[in-house]
Formats: sequence, structure tokens, C-alpha cells
Amino acid sequence: MAVMKKKGEKGTPPISTASLPDIIFMLLFFFMVSTTMKEQELMVKYTLPDATELHKLEKKSLVSYIHFGMPIESLREKFGTAPRIQLNDTYRTPKDILEFIASERDKLSEGDRPAMTVSLKADGEIMMGPITDVKQELRRANALKISYAGVRIEGYGL
Amino acid sequence: MAKRKLEEINAGSMADIAFLLLVFFLVATTMNVDKGITRILPPMPDPNQKANDVKERNVMEIFVSKFDEIMVDKQKIDILNLKDKAKKFILNHGNDVTAPEKEVKEIDLIGKYAVSKGVIALKNDRATTYNMYIMVQNELVRAFREVRDELSIVKFGKDFIELDGEQRAAIARAVPLAISESEPNEEGN
Repeated sequence: MAVMKKKGEKGTPPISTASLPDIIFMLLFFFMVSTTMKEQELMVKYTLPDATELHKLEKKSLVSYIHFGMPIESLREKFGTAPRIQLNDTYRTPKDILEFIASERDKLSEGDRPAMTVSLKADGEIMMGPITDVKQELRRANALKISYAGVRIEGYGL
Repeated sequence: MAKRKLEEINAGSMADIAFLLLVFFLVATTMNVDKGITRILPPMPDPNQKANDVKERNVMEIFVSKFDEIMVDKQKIDILNLKDKAKKFILNHGNDVTAPEKEVKEIDLIGKYAVSKGVIALKNDRATTYNMYIMVQNELVRAFREVRDELSIVKFGKDFIELDGEQRAAIARAVPLAISESEPNEEGN
């Protein structure tokens, strides 16, 4: 043992950890920049449909979300399992979409309004009936840019 | 004044503080980017507007039934064949009389090009599942994308997505994204 210890003292000096904070800070800045805080609590659960022709939604500030799916488990006792529409933080009906779009549009500056996009995040198992109602309301509200949210896959029937 | 030597601050805990912050942001981060099929809805119809007649050969009628079956011009078709069928309809290579008409237009950067007058009309039942609807939409968008890609490879040697703004506009004029959705009728249950 004694011999070993002596050998160790003679060997390489310990690695300097002075640059460790710098490395960590670098990582920290990366995450700080890329973070988007969760804005709202989801009250519905959905499995988005599969698709191949998906486009990224570029500017998040221009996107308004309509969530459409079954209430989450903790709320099922109260609200049942029928699909519901969530706008902001509450369950709503298609009739409220007009007002929702108007308020979302007011948040944007004049120049950004034509570029406003509505992202429809709906469960794949929902019938088209209610979805059509939502689409009709969007047309009535003149929010014509729509994005059907989906999950990327390689192709159908492979 | 006598200069006193400052004691150096121990920076050893700096890493710990940074780590703490790092962990916080790691947990708080949601990295998912939102992706979706982007479409433009038609504006609400003008009540005074009259329905304009479209020749039958210029329309490809797609109906998705409540059993999620796809009917193209009243014939059942599999989802896997839909894209090719739509592509054939858009291109109309043999200038078939039952397939859509073409109109030769002068387009910047491309020159003369026979633009198809074809329109794909999509209709669905209220009981069609959203999954199926998205699949059909996806296949139609894919058909147009492939036609555009083929044309841009020929004209510019690049895929449509890699083109610059003007080239892209030219291709989009040559191959317009002609998918229309019919007005939902009330009794369509």
C-alpha cells in the first residue's frame, strides 16, 4: 500500500474543474432559450391522428389552440366521457369559438392578424360531425388558416 | 493607503448553483414542436352568390362514408390507392376526355405550362371518424406535393420545399392546391 501511495503522488496532477461551471452554464443557457413554459393545463386527453404531410407551426405567438377530446380521468366523474372542447382553461361548446377567436385576435398586433393560425388538436376517434361544427364556427369567425395537428409517421399501410 | 490583498472568493459552489438552475429548466422544458396539416378553410359562402357550374370531367368527387369507406366518383377505393388516383387526376397525362381540362398559361420562371382545371371535392359523413378524414386529407395533400415536387425537379432541379419564394410561387401557380370541401348539409346524418 505504501508503495502504491507514493507512486500516486508522483503521477499526473488532478484535473482542474474550474471550467466545469462554464460548461454547465452553457447547457443552462441552451435550455433557458429553448424552454417554452406550459401555458395551460390540459383538461382533455387525445391521441392525435397519424399523418405524413405535416408542417411545423413556425410562430407560436400566432397560434391559437382548440383542444378536443375526452375529459381527463380525474374529471370524468363530473363531466362524463363524451368528447369536449377546451378553449383556454375551461370546457366550452362550439358556439363559444366565435368569441374565443375574437379575443385571441385582439391579442395580436394589426399586422399579425392575417397570419393567425388555429391549431385543432383533436382525438382521432371523434366523429366528423362535431369537428365539422367547429370548422363551421371557425369559418364564421373568419379564422381560415387551420392546422390539423397530427403525429408524424412514415406512411399508411406499411 | 495600504493595499490589502483581497482573498479570492471560492467559486467551487458555482457549479452547484448552475446545476440547480439547469435541473429546473430541464424539468420545465417542453420540447415538442407543434406540427399539423395546414389548410385554408373556404370563407363563408355569400348568400347572393350563385353556384357556378363545373364540368363533370373537372371534378373528382371523394366521399368518405360513415363506415370509413372511401368512394371516388361513387366507386369504392382503398386508402393506399387514393394518392395515385388523385395524382393521375391532377396530371391527366394522356389528355383524356374524361379527365380534367387543361389551360395553357404563361407563368414566370416556368414558361408555358398546361394548368389543370381539376378540382378535388371532398365530402364526408357526420359519422366519419376524424382519423379517416385526416388520412384522406393527408393523401390528397401528398398527391399535390408529389406533383409539385416532380415539376420543380424538372424546372429547377430541387424539391418544392427547397425552392425560394418566387420559384415556389411559380410552381404553386402551375399546380394549384385544388381541394374543395362541400358545404355540410343539415340532414347528412
